Amino acid sequence: MTTLGHTPSAVQRQRAAYRRRQTIQSVLVAASSTAALGTLLVVAVTGAPGWERVRASFLDPAIARDALPTVLTGLWLNVRLLVCCAAGALLLGLLIAVLRTLRGPVFFPVRALAAGYTYTFRGLPLIIVLYVLTLGVPGLRLQGMPSVLVLGGAALVLTYGGYLAEVFRAGIESVHPSQLAAARSLGLTHRQTMRHVVLPQAVRRVAPPLLNDVVALQKDVGLVSLAGPIDAVRAAQIATAETFNYTPYILAGVLFVLLAIPLIAVTDWVTLRAARRQSGG
Amino acid sequence: MLTPRTVVLTCAGVLLAAVAGCAPQDDATPAPAASGSAAACTKDTLPTRTPGRLTIATDEPAYEPWFRENKPDSGEGFEAAVAYAVAEQLGFARGDVTWTRVKFDSAIAPGPKEFDFDINQFSITEERKQAVDFSAPYYFVRQTVIALKTSKIAGKTSLADLRNAKLGAQVGTTSYQAITDVIKPTGQPQVYNSNDDAKKALQNGQLDGLVVDLPTAFYITGAEIPEAVIVGQVPQVGTPETFGLLLDKGSPLTGCVSQAVGALERAGTLKALEQRWLAQVAGAPELT
Repeated sequence: MTTLGHTPSAVQRQRAAYRRRQTIQSVLVAASSTAALGTLLVVAVTGAPGWERVRASFLDPAIARDALPTVLTGLWLNVRLLVCCAAGALLLGLLIAVLRTLRGPVFFPVRALAAGYTYTFRGLPLIIVLYVLTLGVPGLRLQGMPSVLVLGGAALVLTYGGYLAEVFRAGIESVHPSQLAAARSLGLTHRQTMRHVVLPQAVRRVAPPLLNDVVALQKDVGLVSLAGPIDAVRAAQIATAETFNYTPYILAGVLFVLLAIPLIAVTDWVTLRAARRQSGG
Repeated sequence: MLTPRTVVLTCAGVLLAAVAGCAPQDDATPAPAASGSAAACTKDTLPTRTPGRLTIATDEPAYEPWFRENKPDSGEGFEAAVAYAVAEQLGFARGDVTWTRVKFDSAIAPGPKEFDFDINQFSITEERKQAVDFSAPYYFVRQTVIALKTSKIAGKTSLADLRNAKLGAQVGTTSYQAITDVIKPTGQPQVYNSNDDAKKALQNGQLDGLVVDLPTAFYITGAEIPEAVIVGQVPQVGTPETFGLLLDKGSPLTGCVSQAVGALERAGTLKALEQRWLAQVAGAPELT
């Protein structure tokens, strides 16, 4: 049975042609409806009586150019903080989640402490944690006090560690008990079971929500600026105060979105891959 | 019958109606009064937000020595007193003045303003004039460095001595610009949301020095942080720095308010208020 010299039947050719037509038609409809909506929005916004003034104070290219260097310098701080805090928060979250899922009555205090930590730091507003750590702790005047950046990073790690711990715990608890039973019956210890059987499946399962929290963290790292360091949004705020023009904020916003795109793309790809694997495709 | 579908349709209808409500509205701003003729600057003719009343804005909280105890309507503190003097000059009695609180960012936003004028230590700069109107200046301000007595810059007299210091300022102030443009330290300055945070960092020893305007410097070193001292005044570069009342860009009141401030200046009222509410500037050496 070879497909050499195979010509599709007339019916099949009709089917293919029909599908092509349908595709072209749907693309055209999508394009025209997008164009219509876009036109409507543009007309509505630019036709408003205050548009000229809003454009002057939010979209001024000259001011954006002037503010770009300082905003970029601030953004570099955001990126460095994001990398360190994301790594720290992921590790801390994983540790807390493992502690919370320990079995046996002897570990009750550990479980209670871990649970208390997640309750506290998920409930505490980040700004308050930052204030306590960056302006309160240095007031103790201890020897070897780390810099404000380190203290601010610690506040972020503590807060986001709480969120991530819960995500990890959900992943660990979603692994079917039969997996545990099978692993233990093969003679694996609890630690080996966690390390080789449970955690790989758990982490894979919750990768999308983990990355989602990292994207959220990306926006929140800038809050350390309340203790003095200048991040991208703070740099924009300073530029705005000098000119009373909001363009630097818009500039910082665009840069943040550009920074988030790769992360979000990775999240989408991981989600898609997990879905494919689930459906056995 | 409330099916989900009718609920959704009703919500969509309400949303559409709301959007339609956002249709462009005509600016109901009256034509600017012929600012300049004193006759136009009276309570009855001034196109204030609320006819017959003057709405004055400041920040929340309002700090000493500009306002006493965060109560602008007491008329105590230099800026509160200036605000009431300007109101009186325009023909508004004390009871005709309404105070409102506006954050810095909304005071400079392009939308309709919630106030007739805002008084909150706004420094007049050419760049800012692109976005808002300022009245004539009501106060000449100098930026000043303060530090703890134990700080390495306490007792220093030259700008060169401050180059390696860790300096801080409140965000959005000309104090920050004084650091970056005049002192030019080697490290990045620290910026704070409010002077409260900045003072805390100074007390913690996280900062070598803090830059604030001179009256605030006197107030902090005199009343709030006794262990802090004034290091010196930052030299003036270019035009002297002044505070002005902030008005909406193209506000019909700008001319009249400016005139009122000018009249108070000529009558010596501003000088008298300064002497009453702001500590005298003796003993603040000039940094060289």
